[in-house]
Parts: sequence; C-alpha cells; structure tokens
Amino acid sequence: MAYTEEELKKELETKEYEYGFVTDIESDTFPVGLNEGIVKAISKRKEEPEWMTDWRLKAFKSWQEMEEPKWANVKYPKPDFQKISYYSAPKGKDKYNSLDEVDPELLKTFEKLGISINEQKKLTGVAIDIVVDSVSVATTFKETLSKKGIIFCSISEAIKNHPDLVKKYIGSVVPQKDNFYATLNSAVFSDGSFCYIPKGVRCPMELSTYFRINQAGTGQFERTLVIADKDSYVSYLEGCTAPSRDENQLHAAVVELVALDGAEIKYSTVQNWFPGNKNGKGGVFNFVTKRGICHTNSKISWTQVETGSAVTWKYPSCILKGDNSIGEFYSIAVTNNYQQADTGTKMIHIGKNTKSTILSKGISAGKSQNSYRGLVQINAKAENARNFSQCDSLLMGNKCGAHTFPYIEVKNKTAIVEHEASTSKIGEDQIFYCNQRGIDTEQAIALIVNGFSKEVLNKLPMEFAVEAQKLLEISLEGSVG
Amino acid sequence: MLTIDNLHVSVEGKPILNGINLNVRAGEVHAIMGPNGSGKSTLSSVIAGNEAYEVTKGDIIYKNENIIELAAEERAQKGIFMSFQYPVEIPGITVTNFIKTAINSNLRARNEEKMPANIMLKKIREKAELLEIDSKFLSRSLNEGFSGGEKKRNEIFQMAMLEPSLSILDETDSGLDIDALKIVANGVNKLKNKNNAVILITHYQRLLDHIVPDYVHVLHEGRIVKSGGKELAHELEEKGYDWIK
Repeated sequence: MAYTEEELKKELETKEYEYGFVTDIESDTFPVGLNEGIVKAISKRKEEPEWMTDWRLKAFKSWQEMEEPKWANVKYPKPDFQKISYYSAPKGKDKYNSLDEVDPELLKTFEKLGISINEQKKLTGVAIDIVVDSVSVATTFKETLSKKGIIFCSISEAIKNHPDLVKKYIGSVVPQKDNFYATLNSAVFSDGSFCYIPKGVRCPMELSTYFRINQAGTGQFERTLVIADKDSYVSYLEGCTAPSRDENQLHAAVVELVALDGAEIKYSTVQNWFPGNKNGKGGVFNFVTKRGICHTNSKISWTQVETGSAVTWKYPSCILKGDNSIGEFYSIAVTNNYQQADTGTKMIHIGKNTKSTILSKGISAGKSQNSYRGLVQINAKAENARNFSQCDSLLMGNKCGAHTFPYIEVKNKTAIVEHEASTSKIGEDQIFYCNQRGIDTEQAIALIVNGFSKEVLNKLPMEFAVEAQKLLEISLEGSVG
Repeated sequence: MLTIDNLHVSVEGKPILNGINLNVRAGEVHAIMGPNGSGKSTLSSVIAGNEAYEVTKGDIIYKNENIIELAAEERAQKGIFMSFQYPVEIPGITVTNFIKTAINSNLRARNEEKMPANIMLKKIREKAELLEIDSKFLSRSLNEGFSGGEKKRNEIFQMAMLEPSLSILDETDSGLDIDALKIVANGVNKLKNKNNAVILITHYQRLLDHIVPDYVHVLHEGRIVKSGGKELAHELEEKGYDWIK
C-alpha cells in the first residue's frame, strides 16, 4: 500500500515521539523531521551543556514563527523542513577501500585540480593509514598553534572546552532571530569551526591546509565562529576546491567573525558544492549567513569564489562599529547551466572614518541567473565614511542573465559613496583572436574569465588562488559550442 | 607552401570572393593590394579559418594538406599566423601571459613539453628587443588602451614569438606613423628566411618600400585581376586602382 505524504509524515512524527530521542541513538543519521525532541537530541548527542541546549531551543521556538524570505532573485521549490534529517555523523558518508571504487569522473576532476592522492582519499572517504603525511602535518600544525595560544578546533569541542568564549560571542554578530535560515542553523547546527587568536598574536600560517584535511564530512548546518582579540591577525580559508558530491539538498551555514580593536581577519571561501546536472536537476541549496563585526581600528576582508550550488543566497557582511574600521568584500560568482546565485554584501557604517570596498565579479553562462545584491548603509554618526563599490558582469551566450541590485542608504552628509558597474560579453572576435594564436576555445574562455576575475583572484592567498583559477576553468567547461 | 585553388567565399549568402587562385612558395613575400571592399581582409580571415565566412567552392592547400575543414586553432598550430587589422583587447591578461599560453598551446598540440620559464623569458626579452618593445609594455593587459602603433607592434611581437611558417599581415601598416612602420617592417624582415613565407595585405604601397615583395597581386571584386613583380605596386601608386578595373 502506498502511503500518502501526509500519512508518511504523521507516522514519522509519531515514531520520533515514540522513541523520544533522548536516549542513545544507534544510527548515524537521525530520521527526518524537526521538532523540539530532535533539537534536544542533537544537543545531547553532542554532549552539550545545558546552556547550549537552551540556546538551541530558544532559536527553534523563534524559527517556528518565522517565514522563508522571498526577496531574493532565485526560484526554487520550497524545501520541506519535515523531510530533512537534521543530524548525520560524518561517518555516514560512503566508505571505500581504495580509490578504484570511487567515481572516475570525480577523480578526473581531482587530477585537474592537482589534489594529492592522500587528499583525494580523504575527500572521497577512502580509508587511510595512520602514517599518512596529512595526519602528522595536522599534528605539527596543532602544536605550532597552541604554542601561540591560538585555539582552533571544532565548535563542538569549543562548547565543551571554551564555554566562556563561545557563550560570550555566539549569536553576538548573527543573532538567533536574524533571519529564517540563520535561526534554523542556531537550532540545529551540526558542527563547524571555532578559532580564537589571542591579543597581539599574528597567526603564523593560513588556517587552510589544516582545515582542508578536516573538511571532508562537515555537516549540512555548519557554524563557524572566529574571534580575533585586540591587535591580532588571522587569515582563514574556508572550503575546498575539490568538488563535493554531497547530495544534501539544503545547506544553511552561519559564520560569525569578531575583530576586536586593532585586529584583522581575512576570510577566504571557495564554494564548490554540487550545482545540479546540465538539465538543472539536483544540486545544493545554499543559504548562508556570514557577518563580521569590526571594532575600533580593525579590519575584516571577505574574499569568495562561488562556483557551486544550484541556488546560492549569501551576503558576507561587515558591521563597521568601531571608528576607523575597514570592511572589504571581494567576490567572484560563477553560474552555469541552470544555477542561480543571489550574492553580495552589506557594509554597515556606524563608526567614524570607516571605509569599505566592494568588488564583485559575476560570470554567467548557460541558462543561469547571477545577481549581485549589496547594501551600503552610512549611519547618522558615521562621519567621513567612505565606500567604493564596483560590480562587473561577464555574460557568455544569449540565454543567461546578470542582475545588479545596489542599495545605498546615506544618513550622514560627509559620506563619500561611489558605485561603478559594467556588463560585458565574451565576444566571438576575442575567441577567434585566441584561436588564431593556437589557443582552443575552452582555453580561450578560461583565459578571458581569468583576466576578468584577476583583481579578486589576487586577493586570495597564493596557493588557494591557483586552485581557484583552475576551478573557474572547470566550472565553465562545456559552456560554449 | 600555400596553394589557393578557385576559392569562392560568401558572408551571409553574399559572395565576396569569386575564384581566387594563388600560389605561395617558401621564402617568398606576396603583396595583395586592392581598393576597399575588394575582399582583401576576407581572404586573410578565410585562410586563418574564421568561421564567419563560408567557403562555397575551392580549396586551400597548405603544406600539401587541404585545410578547408580545419578549425582556426588547428591551422594556427600548423604554423599559420595572422596579424590582425584590429587586434582585440583581453582585459586582465598580460601580453606575457597571453603569449606564454599561446606558445604552450601550440607545443601541447604537437605533443611537446611546455617551454621552461627561463627559456620563455629569454625568448620574450630577445624578441621584444628586436621590435624595440619596452619591458613595461609586456606586463600590460593585452591590447587594452594600446595605441594603434602599439597594437601592431604587439602583433609582430607575437609573430616573432610563434615563428610561423606562413604569416598573413592584414593591413599592418594602417594606423602606424613612419617610425613605427619602420620598426615593424624591420622586424618582419629580420624574421624572414628561406623556410617561411609572408602575405602582405595592404591598400597602400608605402609598406612595400620597407618590406619588398616578390610578387604583387591586385584584388578587385573578389578576383585577382593582375599579378606582377614589385614594380606593379609603384604603378598602382601612380595610377590608382581605376586603370586595372
């Protein structure tokens, strides 16, 4: 007998209730559905203290009264939140005994990106020996960091081991009730990263390689908190250039950055989640809330390369609260086939002499839609605030779209706000010119796109930039002809 | 090296070339002259493989191979080079990066290893010197904001780097002042040898004072109506194109 959707939902709800989810759960993945019991069970599963459980529950209560935002320039079927499983241990990923068992297409892409064999194994979930380089590298890194007093661990560990810091700062930049997806994340976040740089410490390495090793298997509702204490510096790299075949439909992450007086945080992201197939089937819905707060004389730089996901909704923002603080946003967003991206930033100027720079490069191919949406807000007390925004769009073919939605709100007469925008198309004459020099069309496009994206690619840490460049090429493969 | 046999070409159904015959041997310089609209630029684009032009009849034989069906990059990889009348801009890509990509693409097409960076740099320096190109110029975005003279010099620089067998220079003299013209012509002359060939497409005779052709052909309404030696160019300069029509 076939169940109707309603019946199925009911049964699942009852089942959940029956077991209550307060006792140990054998399986690595929770049944679908969301209720207070599930929220409690997640917290319990992660052995969280009571204050954290309460914090999650408070968020869940707010979330129940909220509605999904509809203002973004994206179209997608509304996710059914009762059909999603809200906890899945990293172990839940497919395991393989050797790379021979892994999808060869995936391995081909790894090869193009120049990812080492060990890392390929790690990323695809192939079991690896303990003697593998990466493990010892991770240990060495950990030692170097702890010598400087830097805390870098999963958010779950931080909740247990550094509760004062977490308690003080979690939700301080992105409040629990901030928006529908951030609130959902606050209730059910699976895991994520925590980073604390003590006063006056300059983090001696890009927090990248380490993170990348730990990247495989992070959950669907990631939560990241980075705190740079007074006069400290950190460059943080999130994500991985390797393609992730995660079939989770919905991803809703929250990232909070706190730059205390005189501190600097550089946060770079490469997002390359499954964008759906050529016909627009499948793919990740990526609804992310990223925000940083800048205290006096501090600086936050967001750099992002967005090439994946079927739907992207993401606005890494800076609250320039302290005087003389600086916010920067550098972005490349690529959409191909049926992808949709609505991404940009918010620069909220509160302090005096605050400065912000926005540089957004959108590349649209196939039948995709690519929107830049940005807010520059100069508050009444923000004397001598300055903003410079530049939004460039590059179109390939006749079926894609590029849109720009800049919002500017100025409440102080001393502000200087500049906005520049351009739209261009890859011309047949450019392609022919490259062809005539022996460069084939795919490579010609890669060249033109790289030239277009150069100013942003230059903002990425060196090693990451090379990978990002290759990733751009791969993302646009087959977009002509 | 190149034999064009009864070539007919149309653009959007409109015939532009109506039966071109041309034979170019290694070591030769041919000039193709003619009034505006005679089909000169069409001829160079068709040899280079621009798909905007439709070959309705005839063959292009290059090094004993019919290249009619080959894509533009395949022809380039086989040693056909065209200096563009209007070189295009590629923002964000430096002259150096572009030529590096081109050279390595050509090597890859021949299943050869990439050129090592030090050899590439040495070659770039050498060829830049030949064409009196400032090193600052090499780190500028390709053709972006270049003057007419800089664009043409950059074309010949690429020719020098790629060392093609057959070079087609499409109106390379247009937009050049006399000093730039001399530098460009001098460069081309230095690159000439008994194994390569050059086709000069030009409206005026002045370029031919600096690059002396072995043969001059006059194109009119898509046909070569007269061929001769270098003295034909002088005759055209004196009498104009009317006496030939």
